[in-house]
Amino acid sequence: MSTVDYLELLKLAAPETIVVAAAVAVLFVDLVIMRDEPMRHRLLIGGAVTGLGCLVALLWLAKVPVHAAVLGGVLVVDPLTQWVKGIVLVLTLCTAALSLHAKFTEHVGEYFTLVLLATCGMMFLVSSDDLLTIFVSLELTSLCLYILTAFSKRDRSSAEAGLKYFLFGGMAAAFTLYGLSLVYGLAGTTNLRAAAAALAGQGLTPLLAVALIMVVIGFGFKVAAVPFHLWAPDAYQGAPTPAAALIASGSKVASFFVLAKVLMLGFAGVEGSGAWRQFSAGWAPLLATLAVVSMLLGNLAALAQRRVKRLLAYSAIAHAGYLLLGLLALANSDGRPEALAALVYYLATYGLTTVGAFGVLGVLERVNGSDRLEDFIGLSRRAPGLALCLVVFLLSLAGIPPLAGFFGKFYVFTAVVGAEPARLGLLWLVALAIALSAVSLYYYLQVLKRAYVVAPVAGADRIVLTWEDRLAVGGLALAVVLLGVFPSLLLSPLGAAIQVAGY
Amino acid sequence: MLAWTIYLSFLGAGALTLLPKENARAARWVALAVAGAGAVVALVGAAAYPAGSGLVTVVRQSWVPALGIEYYLAVDGISLTLVVLTGLAAVSGILFSWNVDQRPKEFFAFYLTLIGGVYGVFLSFDLFLLFVFYEIAIIPKYFLIAIWGSTRKEYGAMKLALYSFVGSALVLIGVVAAFIVARTHTGVASFDLEALAAVPFPVQFQCWAFPLVFIGFAILAGLWPFHTWAPTGHVAAPTAASMLLAGVVMKLGAYGALRVAMVLFPAGLHFWQREVALLAVIGIVYGALVALVQKDFKFVIGYSSVSHMGFVLLGLATLNEIGVSGAVLQMFSHGIIAGLLFGVVGRMVYDRTHTRELSQLELMNLSRGLPFAAVTFVVAGVASMGLPGFSGFVAELQVLIGAWGAFPGFALGAGLGILLGVAYLLRTLQRAFFADAPVSSRLPKAAPAEFEPISMPERIGAVLLVGATLAVGLYPRLLLDLIVPSVVPLVQGLQKGAL
Amino acid sequence: MNGFPWITVLTLTPLVGGMVVLGLGERRQRWARPVALGASLTALLVAGVMWSTFDPGTAAVQWVERYPWVPTLAVEYFVGVDGLGLLMVALTALIVPMALLASGQVRERVPLYFALLLFLQAGLFGTFTALNFFHWFLFWELSLVPAFFLIKFWGGPQRGSAATQFFIYTMVGSVAMLLSFLALFLATGKFDFLEWAELRRAGDWGAALSARLGWSSLSPEALSGLVFLGVFLGLAVKVPVMPLHTWLPATYAEAPTPVTMVLTGLMSKMGVYGFLRLLVPLFPEQLRCWLIPLLWLAVLTIVASAAAAFAQRDLKRMLAYSSINHLGYCLLGIFAALRLSEGVLRPELERAAALNGVYLQMFNHGLTAATLFCCLGFLEQRAGGLRGLEDFGGLRKVAPVFCGLMGIAVFASLGLPGLNGFVGEFLVFKGAFALVPWATALAALGLLITAVFLLTLLQKVFHGPLNPKWARLPDLDAAERLLLLPAVALMFALGINPQLVIRMTNETVLGLIRQLEP
Repeated sequence: MSTVDYLELLKLAAPETIVVAAAVAVLFVDLVIMRDEPMRHRLLIGGAVTGLGCLVALLWLAKVPVHAAVLGGVLVVDPLTQWVKGIVLVLTLCTAALSLHAKFTEHVGEYFTLVLLATCGMMFLVSSDDLLTIFVSLELTSLCLYILTAFSKRDRSSAEAGLKYFLFGGMAAAFTLYGLSLVYGLAGTTNLRAAAAALAGQGLTPLLAVALIMVVIGFGFKVAAVPFHLWAPDAYQGAPTPAAALIASGSKVASFFVLAKVLMLGFAGVEGSGAWRQFSAGWAPLLATLAVVSMLLGNLAALAQRRVKRLLAYSAIAHAGYLLLGLLALANSDGRPEALAALVYYLATYGLTTVGAFGVLGVLERVNGSDRLEDFIGLSRRAPGLALCLVVFLLSLAGIPPLAGFFGKFYVFTAVVGAEPARLGLLWLVALAIALSAVSLYYYLQVLKRAYVVAPVAGADRIVLTWEDRLAVGGLALAVVLLGVFPSLLLSPLGAAIQVAGY
Repeated sequence: MLAWTIYLSFLGAGALTLLPKENARAARWVALAVAGAGAVVALVGAAAYPAGSGLVTVVRQSWVPALGIEYYLAVDGISLTLVVLTGLAAVSGILFSWNVDQRPKEFFAFYLTLIGGVYGVFLSFDLFLLFVFYEIAIIPKYFLIAIWGSTRKEYGAMKLALYSFVGSALVLIGVVAAFIVARTHTGVASFDLEALAAVPFPVQFQCWAFPLVFIGFAILAGLWPFHTWAPTGHVAAPTAASMLLAGVVMKLGAYGALRVAMVLFPAGLHFWQREVALLAVIGIVYGALVALVQKDFKFVIGYSSVSHMGFVLLGLATLNEIGVSGAVLQMFSHGIIAGLLFGVVGRMVYDRTHTRELSQLELMNLSRGLPFAAVTFVVAGVASMGLPGFSGFVAELQVLIGAWGAFPGFALGAGLGILLGVAYLLRTLQRAFFADAPVSSRLPKAAPAEFEPISMPERIGAVLLVGATLAVGLYPRLLLDLIVPSVVPLVQGLQKGAL
Repeated sequence: MNGFPWITVLTLTPLVGGMVVLGLGERRQRWARPVALGASLTALLVAGVMWSTFDPGTAAVQWVERYPWVPTLAVEYFVGVDGLGLLMVALTALIVPMALLASGQVRERVPLYFALLLFLQAGLFGTFTALNFFHWFLFWELSLVPAFFLIKFWGGPQRGSAATQFFIYTMVGSVAMLLSFLALFLATGKFDFLEWAELRRAGDWGAALSARLGWSSLSPEALSGLVFLGVFLGLAVKVPVMPLHTWLPATYAEAPTPVTMVLTGLMSKMGVYGFLRLLVPLFPEQLRCWLIPLLWLAVLTIVASAAAAFAQRDLKRMLAYSSINHLGYCLLGIFAALRLSEGVLRPELERAAALNGVYLQMFNHGLTAATLFCCLGFLEQRAGGLRGLEDFGGLRKVAPVFCGLMGIAVFASLGLPGLNGFVGEFLVFKGAFALVPWATALAALGLLITAVFLLTLLQKVFHGPLNPKWARLPDLDAAERLLLLPAVALMFALGINPQLVIRMTNETVLGLIRQLEP
């Protein structure tokens, strides 16, 4: 093992370091300086420090481009990971902005610290090419999120959700760890690429198959793919809204990205095929199955929901299905850069959209105290701007152009079909996905119908929005529109980054 | 310059949302100004288009280089015809919704967004761009119907939105597949419709891709048996929206079927030609038969749209020059006439009588109470029957000629459809406007003053549309000179590709 | 070729007049009739100029105007008249002013009424002068619309169903005809009547049709037979040929009298005109092939309608059936002229006689039937809507002038020598008897029955004891006399000097016969 240049390491890990520093700072400021200030100030200052941390980390990412791997892949920094980290940071920033009116807790410092630590975990997760760091950062993220889910201490459902999330998550961690350890046992190395190289040529041995299945199950829990999704609706429902937003966005981005890496790099050679009538064993057919059931169940179950958070949870499950399709496209090394770009674009825009949707939900919850479909009635009269943003987010989730969600789906689908161009073997999956996204329009429209069509009950007054709400939600809506109309804003740098990163 | 039709509409929609408060007057005038400007741009563009000059690029620049997507707007005679139609329909639709005072700002904003999407589809020559505009048009339709509609509006709106979305899902599958196959074949990523048309897709691929894409588009064109959204949607929609739905939105489907499904997959079309024609003829006859027994005034017109769009699809399926140019002309003609019919039913009659039940209208002696509406409906009805002198005749004549050439048996069916069209229009005309006051009711004749008189905007709108159908009916060269030079090479390409 | 556009002026005059009348509005409605009359008299003047400057020495069409219209469909604006067209134009120009004059009773929506009548006239002029299918069909159909509304608004108690029946029947025929002509267009690429006739002489349609229509299961003969049937159906409904006549009695009976005048005098001629202009020149082989059944149809039309008229108790219905009967003679003449004639001496002479008879009969029937319905209208109006055969009696005593004039018209209709009806029917029978003796002999039965029921009419209405109800029935006033007298004078004139008409049509007839030679 080579010696470590700690200065170099610090430089490479500087964004993460900045985030950790911000976490400490926010704790310090809140507990020591702001202790007796009114809640509003504490939240503002805490949020400001968090945001500042994220912004500085972002600036660092943007200004100091590096490309290196240290400690044999324990920390890999390349333009692509930098971009994904950037996305995670932006999502955290938005989450922080949404938290400025939190009523669920008095422990402001702890709250923001946990958010930042979770973010830090996600960033490390993105950067690791090594089984060990993957697991450690995964656990860091998860633990923070468990606590955040249960953070609303006066609310029983929050505690219940936290517990549920924790139990499922713990089990998932066990599966993951078991799978990863099997890989290590088979390959003798924790580095993904090295492990793949060591296992090359053996094909899908039974032990490797078990390892593969374990890993997929573990990550399946993380990304809430069916049949490992059971925690998701309850967690989304019970968690404080900003926390749910973070679970739905940042955590998902990081998990999917690392799952992509694990499969693509670690299980190279055992891709198999999910093509129509050409199945062959490997992780591709496994993902295809998960994707199909996720899309089916997510979309169909969402139809029956009466509470918007649960609806978004099932929609998230459905989107996990689409994303799994995107992962599937990585199986073919020819179209890999395109598929990766499509996946990251989808993740980024999906994250932004979801945070935005939770933002609108948060405002409404603050005013109405719940998230039933009926609470959306007359929104277009009570808060026209907010309603418009909701339209943008939900239609983007449904995949209506010119919003980002449409282009994301389109790009992913193209990549998936393009992964088997000769016989269009994967078209059946895409056809199913497209058909189900037609179904999804129905439940998104159910929400929008209430916001726009149903007349408000008398006495429902206008909703007053604070400037933070306007900034966060409006900015997100604008971003969703802009990224949809000009996808190249994100795609061109992503393409370049992927090329440099050498996938 | 034609690109401004799109920009103006979207800018207008944006401007409307920024208007202060609920100022109905201002909203109306802004909408009218925007739509009028769009129509003027469309007309000037059509006049400036040198006849027979093929495809003229309006704007072309790279958009998403990663997938070879371009922002590529261009026109030929076919699209110009439909752009002009959109302009006319948009202006008259606004004139016919002059009395909207419930949330007028939003109404016109959605309306203009829809118009913008429609212009976009007709002008796009990049498949991806076309699809984007095609979908943009879906959501405003939903809201226009669901908020301002009547009679089971939420059901009708949702049905329309879902049908449209399912249709576009089918199209999307085909688009993605075609793109990948073309890219594999040529090695170049491109959504340029011309470039894609030049790609020799494998025949086997075409045989399943064609019905997919064709049906996807034709759902919106009211192809039987996927037409069921049309009557409910039309009936539920507010006047302006049903004018647009029947007038231009159904044309989107037909246009897409022609421009995408047929042009890209000529061999597929050849393979499925008879089936397509059969469905079209069934649609013609079925729509007319159902219209014959409707009790609701608007349902009659709704089903008549299904029947008339059958002519468009039949014309397209003939795969000969005369039939296809007839189909394009029929798109224009039906757009104008259906707009007029819905204008009369929705605005002139329903807004005043508050009923559309023919049995109740019978009692109102409307030809006395609303003579202008009666005359307009007679003119529109006669035009819709396909009587000579109106645009419908020239168009249906060409379709029939084309059908005679391609499949004579179906031409007979279409002829039957014309007859049934006469029957249901006469029946409706009679019951809605000219029913004799029942002998039993000794009440004094319904005084004409009972109804608010037909307003000036309505008159202008009606005259505009009547003028259009008459002008084209009496001097079809106005449009045929645009359409035919574009159709001829297109059809030749189709015939060549079919072999 | 394009001199002064007489025909366009002729067609446009009533059209513009109609617009003006419509523009008068309800407030100035008393001006409606004078303005309408002015327009139709102007048209009469134009027709008169055409009549007097017509060159009867040629079978070619005259006053031709020809402009390209829709080049992609070979559609041209192509108008012109030969003897046949001229005759019909003259008849139209005569009858419509009569109908306008007889419309004094209209009280409701006056401007609309007169405007529609003028539109109808424009449609008729257009139909009789068009030589290109496109605008011929345009006018053919457009004349339907005003007729429909005239019946619908101003008709009798059953007007709604009568109007609809009329419209639907005619539309069915029209669509069948349209489809057939579209098939012809496909086979030839032309829409021009004269060119079609030329092409037909070069050979039958069958081959071209089966080459272009791709209906491979049918032989060329069957295909052209089918096309022929379509056209035949369209025209036969209009004439009408029995058994396609069922719309007619109801329509004639329910329509207001002036409209019935136009319907029977002119619109039924559209059908016969179509036979002569289209069916005979374009489908002689098919007609010959079906000649025997067609002759039977003609005989059926003549005899059965006469018998039906005999059975009527409603005067208007009686005259309606009598109309069918008279048009049956035209059909008989036309079909007879088509007969390939072995063993007939100088067949072309007989054909000329039969066809000249047909032309004359068309004109005569138009004039006579219009006059009769006009008289009936006067009677009905005086009797407060009664028009049963049994409702009257002895009117001769109270209204001698009326009875005299109407009596003359009845006799003209019956075919009394010296009056116009005689010459036409005589010529038809003379020609037809030589060519198809059996059918003519059967048809003569119709003459007999006609005589019987018309005499019954005379007897029951004019003679016999005076029904006391009508003791104070007023006779014709000056305006009404002024209306009827010229018509009656014309009946005498034509009866004494049929050359007036035959001179104009003879060359056209001969031209047609030349075309028919195999």
